[in-house]
Amino acid sequence: MSITDYFEQLFSDYTLRTITLGTAVLGAICGMLGSFAVLRKQSLLGDAISHAALPGIAIAFLITGAKDSNVLLLGALVSGLIGTFWIRGIITKTHLKTDTALGLILSLFFGFGMLLLTFIQKQPNANQAGLDKYLFGQAATLVVSDVIVMVIVTGVSLFTLLLFWKEFKILLFDADYTKTLGFNTRIIDILITFFIVLAIVIGLQTVGVVLMSAMLLAPAAAARQWTNSLSVMIGLAAIFGAFSGVFGTAISASQDNLSTGPVIVLVAAVFVLVSFIFSPGRGLLFREIRFRQNRRDLKLKKTLQLMYRIASTHENISHPHSIKILNDFQGFTRGTLKTMEEREWIEIEQKSWMLTSKGYREASNLFSKSTTDDTATD
Amino acid sequence: MTNVSAIQIDDLTVAYDYKPVLWDIDLSVPEGVLMAIVGPNGAGKSTLIKAILGIIKPIAGTISIYGKSYTDQRKLVAYVPQKGSVDWDFPTTALDVVMMGTYGSLGWIKRPGKNEKKAALEALEKVGMLSFKKRQISQLSGGQQQRVFLARALVQNASIYLMDEPFQGVDATTEIAIINILKELRKAGKTVVVVHHDLQTVPEYFDWVTFLNVKKIATGPVKDIFNDDNLTKTYGINYKVAVNK
Repeated sequence: MSITDYFEQLFSDYTLRTITLGTAVLGAICGMLGSFAVLRKQSLLGDAISHAALPGIAIAFLITGAKDSNVLLLGALVSGLIGTFWIRGIITKTHLKTDTALGLILSLFFGFGMLLLTFIQKQPNANQAGLDKYLFGQAATLVVSDVIVMVIVTGVSLFTLLLFWKEFKILLFDADYTKTLGFNTRIIDILITFFIVLAIVIGLQTVGVVLMSAMLLAPAAAARQWTNSLSVMIGLAAIFGAFSGVFGTAISASQDNLSTGPVIVLVAAVFVLVSFIFSPGRGLLFREIRFRQNRRDLKLKKTLQLMYRIASTHENISHPHSIKILNDFQGFTRGTLKTMEEREWIEIEQKSWMLTSKGYREASNLFSKSTTDDTATD
Repeated sequence: MTNVSAIQIDDLTVAYDYKPVLWDIDLSVPEGVLMAIVGPNGAGKSTLIKAILGIIKPIAGTISIYGKSYTDQRKLVAYVPQKGSVDWDFPTTALDVVMMGTYGSLGWIKRPGKNEKKAALEALEKVGMLSFKKRQISQLSGGQQQRVFLARALVQNASIYLMDEPFQGVDATTEIAIINILKELRKAGKTVVVVHHDLQTVPEYFDWVTFLNVKKIATGPVKDIFNDDNLTKTYGINYKVAVNK
């Protein structure tokens, strides 16, 4: 099946439609809530939470003996939340740093989860097969009820986000100040963290424990490159996430044996890469272009300054001078002279140059401008 | 100047882990003063301000604002944190940051409206930053960021202003602009408490001073107590400061 076939079948094929809708909604909620994680500099928290969710899945299966995904995800939610609170406990109660606490909980919970998974696999119960799909995710197992859960969770978190928009925003920017204004920052904090955990948990079935944090971070990191507004950033992150979901599913469905989760993550990574290079404000490409432009401009102005100094020793500013006398000055090339001529700052006749009145004005403005620029920047 | 205490602190002790940062502080800040808190690094100056604001829980002691607890009186108090305490790359504009000053009076859920925006614009104008209202905050200079923080506190329209090193890393123009605003606040009867590092400017800028080094060394009018004796007690070495300027 080619990608065009996929999009043709999307509207007729029930399974395909369910999976696509699921991954799109998942991408959107992850992008939205991932923005908070990125802005709070808690990018790795997502990774720790997703790994911490694994033992919950295994224990939920051991207790119920059934593979109902909603029950398993409830287990994941509980153990993810326990992991999160332990991480906070370690940070506040001990001298360990955040990254150490995250690493500890991540490996501890993940190790325990793997232990339980291997234990379950040795059981004679035939029902156990396929639990390991939660490691790397398997979008093909999504059914309508899963997607409904995703849509409900997304709706609730979107509603909460809009309701507490002001509180979320100020807490992200300045937590201490928020406290002095009389807001209970603990409640806001718990609310944000709870929804991040929730987003991670509902993504486990599709993307899996190992790659889940990328789903959270990649769309948000990409979106940050394009805007300086929080609301636009969150909106963009949701859109990037949704597109990653749809395109990831399309690519993996059109090729045999490509698992969906990793492909979705790779598509999201492409969004990040493109954003890092091509975004106009913060992207590497435009930064380099601006840098070169400034350098070229500076070179021009330095040459003009020299000419101005030479010309002002003569009564007639347009008195011709030999190009040679610019030689002991490093800043000029044939190119700069040509550009200066194009800007009508100078005229060139054979081997000499003369400053035009426009060039003279420009040069004298240069001085006054450079002094006012200094005060304007600070 | 009246005899009312804007801030009254009794037996305040604050500790991180086992090390006391503030030890048995008694301090009364009269209404309407412009007070500097001076002391060496690690003297607990920022901690004192944070304790007054309820950001840090003391292990002992009481703090009252006009006779009541901070929780009851928080609308009377505005805070200017250290500039370095936030991430200035946060995706928001100068106007947005100043608007945050109105969040406290709005309370939960309610969004800022026309009146709040108007107040924020006025505050930006007061600190000379109106033309930068739409500027992304990372594109502001250090001095401009400090002015935005000041404007955010001005919007709160408080009676007491607590500021943590507002002159840190700002140029002369900004420093003058800020001190003029502080003096205006005092003229309007507000109480302003400033954590301050530049001892040279204390007599010029402030009328009240508190010397702090874990314990309170002295507090009172600058003209009475800003002398070599107290400076030596606070800093441990003899500071040659032009007191009689």
